[in-house]
Amino acid sequence: METVKLVDLAKTIRSKNAGPDKITFDIIFREKENYDLVKSSGVVSRERICDIYNLQASEIADFVEFDPAYAIKFTIYRRRPSGSPGESDVFGCQQYAPLLDLEIPVAL
Amino acid sequence: MKEELKFLCPNGHLGFAPTKEGSYYLGVREKPDFILCDSGSDDIGPGPLGADVCASPREWQTHDLELMLVEARRLGVPMIIGSAGDTGTNSRVDMYLEIITELARKHNLPKFKLGYFYSEVDKAYLKAKMDQGGMIEGLDGRPNLTYEQLAKTDRIVAVAGVHPFMKLLEMGADVIIGGRSSDCAIFAAPAMFHGFSADLSYYLGKVLECASFNAEPYGGKESVLGTITREEVKVKAMHPQQRCTVASVAGHAMYERSNPFFEYVAGGVLDMTHCHYEQYDEKTCKITGPQFRPIEGKIKVKLEGSSKIGERYIGIAGIRDPYTIKNIDQVIGWARNQVEEKYGTSGYELHYRVFGKNGVMGDLEPVKESKSHELGIVVQGVAPTKEMAEEITMIGTRQLFYARLPEVKGTAGGAAFMLDEVLPASPGYVWTLNHVVSVDDPLELFPVRLMEVG
Repeated sequence: METVKLVDLAKTIRSKNAGPDKITFDIIFREKENYDLVKSSGVVSRERICDIYNLQASEIADFVEFDPAYAIKFTIYRRRPSGSPGESDVFGCQQYAPLLDLEIPVAL
Repeated sequence: MKEELKFLCPNGHLGFAPTKEGSYYLGVREKPDFILCDSGSDDIGPGPLGADVCASPREWQTHDLELMLVEARRLGVPMIIGSAGDTGTNSRVDMYLEIITELARKHNLPKFKLGYFYSEVDKAYLKAKMDQGGMIEGLDGRPNLTYEQLAKTDRIVAVAGVHPFMKLLEMGADVIIGGRSSDCAIFAAPAMFHGFSADLSYYLGKVLECASFNAEPYGGKESVLGTITREEVKVKAMHPQQRCTVASVAGHAMYERSNPFFEYVAGGVLDMTHCHYEQYDEKTCKITGPQFRPIEGKIKVKLEGSSKIGERYIGIAGIRDPYTIKNIDQVIGWARNQVEEKYGTSGYELHYRVFGKNGVMGDLEPVKESKSHELGIVVQGVAPTKEMAEEITMIGTRQLFYARLPEVKGTAGGAAFMLDEVLPASPGYVWTLNHVVSVDDPLELFPVRLMEVG
């Protein structure tokens, strides 16, 4: 089956702190069709996120499909609080990159 | 009772980057009933709170306060600031009072009432609560506060809800400088003070607190105007090229929070599950349907606390040899070992971030096989004294140069240095409190005061 990269379907893919102990990820679509396509593909799932980021299931704090904004959102716990010595992304804003290349199956 | 109130928010974090003036003055022309914004965030890490300093230059903060104060006094409307000076500590509130007083003198402003509240929390207060069997509950998976964690903590602020702001409005304040505050309470308080529903008031705060981050195209530090009526909230972008759309406003509900449906504040939770978003006109989005559910029982106030780990130095090294790159873990192991030989394995922290490999993401990095032809290594040493921090960072950096790899061809030095020294950095701090405390009176952590200026 043909696939399209998530980066080519979504309007926004970002990560950011949600308080000092969590990082939250937003995947936002401009078109409802793309949102529905990705949502129904099941590619962006708790299991897949654990796989990508080497996480235990318990490290995912939230996973939400947010219809009003055509968005998929998930939140993970930080292993150490933001800004602790040795941490290198105090805003948590550069953790989304591995999502860009996710391959979403499309029926042609 | 008024049927409609307008709120002008010029900046999502006052002073963090200067307010853009063009859209601000367009906002002022709409004759807002309030000019208000927050000036703080826990995004900046635990350092500023721990060290009791700002994260932004005083000049930028003065610039933004001046824009707001001059126009608010000219229009005769209240100006409200929460989380003064990035952290909202007592010293930052005092600094803002000083800036406001200086600006009033500079502009020869007629007399006005300057209200303020503090939000620093005495450790003895929390200890007394714990002694009486009270629990200081951990948030986000943290355990409840222990005596040990409390003792280690250098500074704590409580995050205010609407209560101190409403109290100061009741006392007749024209300008309010708040200690650490929940962003959305800064806006909700004046709306509720004028009798608007908690449902819409808290939502108004939620949607306005980041200024133009709720608009599109993306562009920070531009003003937005919020309007509350008995039935709805409207939000309008002031920048000529920005619009508040259903997508941008709904999307903003997700920003910086774990869950887009709920916003927790001292006193309850805003539930946005049934929000309905509608394009009102070209630049304006209309929202109906938010619900605020007051907490049952005692009000819980969020606490933020920071603790100093130690003094800190930074070392920087570059690697170009492909064999060394391949064996970088071994090289770092060698350097770490040299520190351990002198100082053992505890009583300090030594961190390596390897840029070109997993410097940004660390353990979260899915790319395991690095393809970089060069690596940048940042070494951080944290120790009880500056001397020790400098030395462990120096050993940890310079020993990258001496690392012993069996088959390395370059035997005249295994790492390149921009400069052969280590650099003093700010001390290392860590967030020790992300907790909540139950209070009998929502004002007990936030003493309010009023003075006359002008």
